[in-house]
Amino acid sequence: MIYTNGAETMKETDPYLVEFERFDKPGAGGEPSWVYPIRKAGMARFAELGFPKLHDEDWRFTNVAPIAKLPFLPLLDPSEHRLKAADLAAFHFMEIPATRLVFVDGHFSSQLSQMLPSNKRAYVGSLAAALAENHPALEKHLGQHARTEKNAFTSLNSAFFTDGAFIHLPQGIALENPVHLLFISTGPEAGATSFPRNLVVAEPGSQLTLLESYVGASPNAYFTNAVTEFVVADNAVVEHCKFQDEAQPSFHMAALHVDLGRSANFISHSIAVGALLSRNNIHTALNGPGVECILNGLYLTKDHQLADHWMFVEHVRPNCNSHEYFNGILDGNSKGVFHGRIYVHQAAQKTDAKQTNKNLLLSDNATIDTKPQLEIYADDVKCTHGATVGQLNEDAIFYLRARGIGLDTARRMLIHSFAGEITDRVRFEPLRTQLDQVIWDRLEQNEHVAVK
Amino acid sequence: MMRMLEIKNLHAGVEGKRILNGVNLTINAGEVHAIMGPNGSGKSTLAAVLAGRDGYEITEGQVLYQGKDLLEMDPEERAREGVFLAFQYPIEIPGVNSAYFLKSALNEVRKHQGLPELDAIDFLTLVKEKMKVLDLREDFLKRSVNEGFSGGEKKKNEIFQMAILEPKLAVLDETDSGLDIDALRIVAEGVNKLRRRDNSQLVITHYQRLLEYIIPDFVHVLADGRIVRSGTKGLALELEERGYDWIVKGEARGAARPTEAQPA
Repeated sequence: MIYTNGAETMKETDPYLVEFERFDKPGAGGEPSWVYPIRKAGMARFAELGFPKLHDEDWRFTNVAPIAKLPFLPLLDPSEHRLKAADLAAFHFMEIPATRLVFVDGHFSSQLSQMLPSNKRAYVGSLAAALAENHPALEKHLGQHARTEKNAFTSLNSAFFTDGAFIHLPQGIALENPVHLLFISTGPEAGATSFPRNLVVAEPGSQLTLLESYVGASPNAYFTNAVTEFVVADNAVVEHCKFQDEAQPSFHMAALHVDLGRSANFISHSIAVGALLSRNNIHTALNGPGVECILNGLYLTKDHQLADHWMFVEHVRPNCNSHEYFNGILDGNSKGVFHGRIYVHQAAQKTDAKQTNKNLLLSDNATIDTKPQLEIYADDVKCTHGATVGQLNEDAIFYLRARGIGLDTARRMLIHSFAGEITDRVRFEPLRTQLDQVIWDRLEQNEHVAVK
Repeated sequence: MMRMLEIKNLHAGVEGKRILNGVNLTINAGEVHAIMGPNGSGKSTLAAVLAGRDGYEITEGQVLYQGKDLLEMDPEERAREGVFLAFQYPIEIPGVNSAYFLKSALNEVRKHQGLPELDAIDFLTLVKEKMKVLDLREDFLKRSVNEGFSGGEKKKNEIFQMAILEPKLAVLDETDSGLDIDALRIVAEGVNKLRRRDNSQLVITHYQRLLEYIIPDFVHVLADGRIVRSGTKGLALELEERGYDWIVKGEARGAARPTEAQPA
């Protein structure tokens, strides 16, 4: 998009370059000087790429023009908000006992956060604070796992990130309590943009349960651009859940990059229920043999929402298992997009990779674009994928009716069960229970679900 | 004696194919009837028609349940009125919790009968008691309906549901298929414990084996969509020894005997 501003012709990326000036020297804002090249490269890459267009294969079904058209108002400094600890009760998952790091418009709030006793050798806290003290694990990992080369939004985040969580678990440490990262957007005006950036390093044999939730209460078209980098080293066990419940007029672009070591066990749940337009890029690199990796997701959309999941599961080493399970329930004029790509390198013999994407369309105007892709360069592998789009299972409806449950209730139970298939995989019981409740309530608000 | 079920000259088929060709059967309260027959004789169609499964076309005849027209009722209404089908192939419903499903079903039935709904505690008490009878594992209630169950567990689950819902008329469709002898015994004991003077059971089976444990008052042979022979439990033993051919062929020659064993 080219538009004129006075006498000069400006490119769509120009306003971003202007805002970047404050970061544009080594050590700006008191950061270690090694951060600067990461920012600089991100900015340069974004300037080169521009916003993705529909002719870009990875963005064929998701039009981000509405984001490109927004004014660019980065929330680079902590905003003045009036949130008090008591206000947090309005958000989900607050009853789960957890170390809770709260971020408002991308900035850590120590008043709102709650630290539970944790292993003294572990670091669980704000990335900005960790950068200020130049934590030794940062330089090795920050910006080293996220792929900026093809993703304009990840590039932008690398240029502009301000804060987020940094979690470092030394070898063999299992955190007693789960960690909950709560990102609240106040969305003060249209185009207000936050850039949460998280880095999680789980050293060999460590264990972690991590919940990221993104919420917002705003009538404005604000924008959250989040990136999470994950290192799950040899034999580490991680359960991760991302819950996206941004305000309806907002935009949410997120990327998750996971580097998995030998025999690592990683399960990640992506639950997308909010935002007008959301995209979740998930890239997992199975870089050691014997990895177990499960990506599990659910998207519920209605009205004019669009929820896009893009996945790249990369089998680099042999004897790894990866499973993706994504279910979507779509109502109104909403749209779902699913790209699932499994890439098996030549060395990755004995790979067992499965992928399923199931969609339930509750209205005639809801649509889904689903695109599974297998690219296999090894000869001794088991790879399957399947996608379904449809209505409810008639046999199951009859079974329920044959037990006395009425047709409407039977339909409703099955819609819930479609979501339940996904939430059932959540291992951390308190999270699963609450997630079930949240999803149940959300579905019941749908006109095509609740019994009239 | 109260008439539980009267099937009169029932003709039914699916997609234009005729499967039941004039079934007549009367079951009184307190009786256990067995229907045996070779594959393709129409046994499962009869069960499906009684439960109200979609896709079957009734071309002739009538089914009265406690004097009411059963075929006019929706499947859920039949269930609430006390008709229960134990499925030959129970359906897996991932994501629907077993406890939630059962409680919903039970409370629908109770509401229909004008009884108060059970609360969570009373429900759990009831369920735990019935679980013992069927030797079901403790974690059973937390699992999704039939999901990942073995064949034996699925069949036990059917009888467990029957124990909870306490139907007036239970139709057991090939409940013995896929069961080893221990599971068969447990399932049969479960069924026998539910036998009362005011309810009835219709046991559909290919083999006589199940009838060693669930002793029927009457045995009927279904062939080509009709009951061609009725007798007492001795008939089942005779079938076990001689197979179905002698009856089926006899029927083909027009030698169907009067059904003197049928209750009046």
